[in-house]
Amino acid sequence: MSKPRSFLLDFEKPLCELESRIEQIRELAQENNVDVSDQIAELEEKAEQLRQEIFSSLTPAQRLQLARHPRRPSTLDYIQAMSEEWFELHGDRHSSDDPALVGGVARLDGIPVVMLGHQKGRDTKDNVARNFGMASPGGYRKAIRLMEHANRFGMPILTFIDTPGAWAGVEAEKQGQGEAIAFNLREMFSFDVPILSTVIGEGGSGGALGIGVGDRILMFEHAVYTVATPEACAAILWKDASKSGQAASALKITAWDLKELGILDQILPEPSRGAHADPLAAAGVLKTVLKENLEELMQLTPGQRKERRYQKYRAIGQFQAA
Amino acid sequence: MSLFDWFANRAKSESPMQQRHQEREIADGLWTKCPSCGVLTYTKDLQANLMVCSECNHHLRVDSEERIQQLIDPQTWKPINEEVEPVDPLEFRDRKPYKDRLRDYQNKTHLKDAVQTGTGLLDGLPVALGVMDFRFMGGSMGSVVGEKLCRLIEYGTNEGLTVIIICASGGARMQEGMLSLMQMAKISGALERHREANLLYIPVLTHPTTGGVTASFAMLGDIILAEPKAMIGFAGRRVIEQTLREKLPDDFQTSEYLLHHGFVDAIVSRTQLKKTLANLISLHQPFYPVRHLQQSDSQELNHHTMNHHTMNHHQATQTPIQSFEQS
Ligand SMILES: [Zn+2]
Repeated sequence: MSKPRSFLLDFEKPLCELESRIEQIRELAQENNVDVSDQIAELEEKAEQLRQEIFSSLTPAQRLQLARHPRRPSTLDYIQAMSEEWFELHGDRHSSDDPALVGGVARLDGIPVVMLGHQKGRDTKDNVARNFGMASPGGYRKAIRLMEHANRFGMPILTFIDTPGAWAGVEAEKQGQGEAIAFNLREMFSFDVPILSTVIGEGGSGGALGIGVGDRILMFEHAVYTVATPEACAAILWKDASKSGQAASALKITAWDLKELGILDQILPEPSRGAHADPLAAAGVLKTVLKENLEELMQLTPGQRKERRYQKYRAIGQFQAA
Repeated sequence: MSLFDWFANRAKSESPMQQRHQEREIADGLWTKCPSCGVLTYTKDLQANLMVCSECNHHLRVDSEERIQQLIDPQTWKPINEEVEPVDPLEFRDRKPYKDRLRDYQNKTHLKDAVQTGTGLLDGLPVALGVMDFRFMGGSMGSVVGEKLCRLIEYGTNEGLTVIIICASGGARMQEGMLSLMQMAKISGALERHREANLLYIPVLTHPTTGGVTASFAMLGDIILAEPKAMIGFAGRRVIEQTLREKLPDDFQTSEYLLHHGFVDAIVSRTQLKKTLANLISLHQPFYPVRHLQQSDSQELNHHTMNHHTMNHHQATQTPIQSFEQS
């Protein structure tokens, strides 16, 4: 697997060096017609060990890098890989169509569903067009329009979270960014249909939560979900933006942290070098897990689902009452 | 001319003894200077005017205690869930451990966390009232704020009460991480049920109301009121300035700006707030005796006839939710 150097993360370097050495030996051996298959097998085993070592002991800051990896599969990548049919819908029916938040109707293993999520760009130009996945009020209003549509037609709602945060700008404030997110939070509790929310990459604050109220919250193992970006948190609490690594640890942003805090329902395993190393495999895992969860949720009545959804959030929080 | 210039000029013409006397009176809180126009007002007079400067109409900050006194009829306030206290779920430590911060703020404010909740009468009308207190860690919302507001709203839903929340917050409390963010959803869910019961919810936005509070219960009112010139917004001004690299207009993210763009219903001076709330609540009392849906007879009765004489104080002090988990 050769990757452009610029996308290589620091902690991957030793692994990458070992892998290119194996490749060199293989080529040399081939040129000189020597059998080195034993040595190569040994080296590959070593590489696999190193891979596991690195990826099983990632720091929160390293996970954040993976979650933001430019090659990490995006909402549209997953939707297209998972669904047999997909028809994108556009517009909030007020005044805009936000490319940072996409959605539409789809068929997932025969089941008609509505899928929607934040969309980061696949390259620099696309990223600028999609505002790096930072949705505007119009994006959240498009999202709720699609969810209302799903609810009317009895289609389960699948949302995919991948944003550094909601767009912070003059236009966003003018159009009511706070109101747009707040409205979604409340309305998502009212829907009869099942809602599954999956954090596929970066779950950034209120901008993530704005499409993140679900019967179940799922998360890929290298995804993160945070109340504020570690950079912002470091700047505010440590008065020092360079302390973002420390902030990333302190904020408890990994899937395991969130499972322990009672926020997350399920952690989705990623291919051995992260979702970006094998997007199709990651999409396969996601599809299987979504289907399993949908099947369980479809056993319940709408009333039961709403009650459980409410109680799920109702139970989140830690305090003492002496 | 700043207050201190003004004061210094004035002081020059006075004897050193008079000067010392007056300085002591400011320090003792007998006098308060308006941070907007600099005029000194006798603190008692300022309090009588609900901490609104009679010179320039600036609304000085009031704490939750004063706010309750301003809004609730004497002897009718019944606090609920006062015993709910914050813990340190993440063992969070920045330059200072969160535990120490909590203790310091608790000592300073005599509050357990950044919100007071309870029931009482507002011009004789029963309400469930939540008041955020900016003095406690900038009114930030963690588990306790979320839990107390949720229980308040649930209580309001069960008892058929109007819910009023006085907002004052810098947003979600980072020291409780994702637990804080999730309180936005939790409270919004409780408001969905309150709304489903066709009950009235009025948030009052005061200076400042930002971040996660703006992106949840502050913006979910049936009617949204704001105090004059309060700062209200989702993203921090500094964050926006950084991304824009330009100065923002002066009225950006003020109550007036939000009114202009359609996100609040009215700007109400604090001196008119109680009266305005009472009028709005009574306008929303059902006119026809038979109203909607699934409310039981007793709740219906409560809702229509609760007044100063029939309000069940015993009931009001009970914890509305029995099934919560203690940690
Ligand atoms: Zn003044």
